[in-house]
Amino acid sequence: MPTDAVAAHGGHDHHHDHAQEQLANKVFGFWLYLMTDCILFATAFAGVAVNRHSYAGGPTGKDIFELNGVIIETACLLFSSVTYGFAMLAAHRNNKSQVMLWLGITFLFGLGFIGFEVKEFMHLVADGNGPERSAFLSSFFLLVATHGCHVTAGLLWMATLMFQMGVMGKPLNTTYMSRLTCLSLFWHFLDIVWICVFTVVYLMGVI
Amino acid sequence: MDHSAHGHSHGHVDAAGASHGSYTSYAIGFVLSVILTAAAFWAVMSHAMSPGATVTTIVILAIVQVFVHLYYFLHLNFSSEQRWNITAFAFAGIVVLIVIGGSLWIIHNMTDRMMPQMQQSLPGLQEQQG
Repeated sequence: MPTDAVAAHGGHDHHHDHAQEQLANKVFGFWLYLMTDCILFATAFAGVAVNRHSYAGGPTGKDIFELNGVIIETACLLFSSVTYGFAMLAAHRNNKSQVMLWLGITFLFGLGFIGFEVKEFMHLVADGNGPERSAFLSSFFLLVATHGCHVTAGLLWMATLMFQMGVMGKPLNTTYMSRLTCLSLFWHFLDIVWICVFTVVYLMGVI
Repeated sequence: MDHSAHGHSHGHVDAAGASHGSYTSYAIGFVLSVILTAAAFWAVMSHAMSPGATVTTIVILAIVQVFVHLYYFLHLNFSSEQRWNITAFAFAGIVVLIVIGGSLWIIHNMTDRMMPQMQQSLPGLQEQQG
């Protein structure tokens, strides 16, 4: 298919198969990394679960969590997951300008998510409810900030890819397809972790 | 195993074990996610059910939504191309259950076995330190 991103740049058939196999290995290797990341998040979730009532006389989830902000953050991540999906569809059609457009929109949603999270953290710390207040808040900050750091890393990665393809003019070849595919797995994975965060931390925290 | 051999059908899987999906599959995933998320927030914010029933409901909604995302956004499925992706995922799932379930079990037993005076003195101790 002439419009196919990889086929258009793959050249000779044998070379093409080899490149496809390398791409498959890279993506599978990245999948294995994500599974270990899953276990990292599990340890943070275990901390939250164990310390869920360790308030040390400090505030409970009901006192400090504002669900309206959490709904906005959830919406930002969900929209960004779909727009990244559209970027991948454009990449498979070998339409670089559309890839750049959807990546840009995804980046803005991700930035919005981080913005609301930083605002929430600053609000909590300003009220004296920082991670040092109680074991409950320590494990809350550990889990949510670990997720936030991952999203920030994803944004840096996305900005790098946009710079390389947009400013440096790199083509949508196998190398960039594998980078885009790995970032897509990473980004969708973080949205899945966020489902568990808003359910276990915020929703269960205010029940 | 390459793109040109298979074309771009819905849910197409390439050699990387990663399917492309389509606008339709992303739209379905998005609508399902919005419904599941809204239901979870509504269950909590409306106070329509008892706390126990609310927790059960939102946990089930979250598990369903995780699988919706895995299927419609990550394009994970049970095809033979993705056997090792599924295997790694299942193994990670087992480790996650052991880590979280085991932590809760151990700490719950430890709390139960603490002497009553220790449990009573702890809050006082923390107030003195604070």
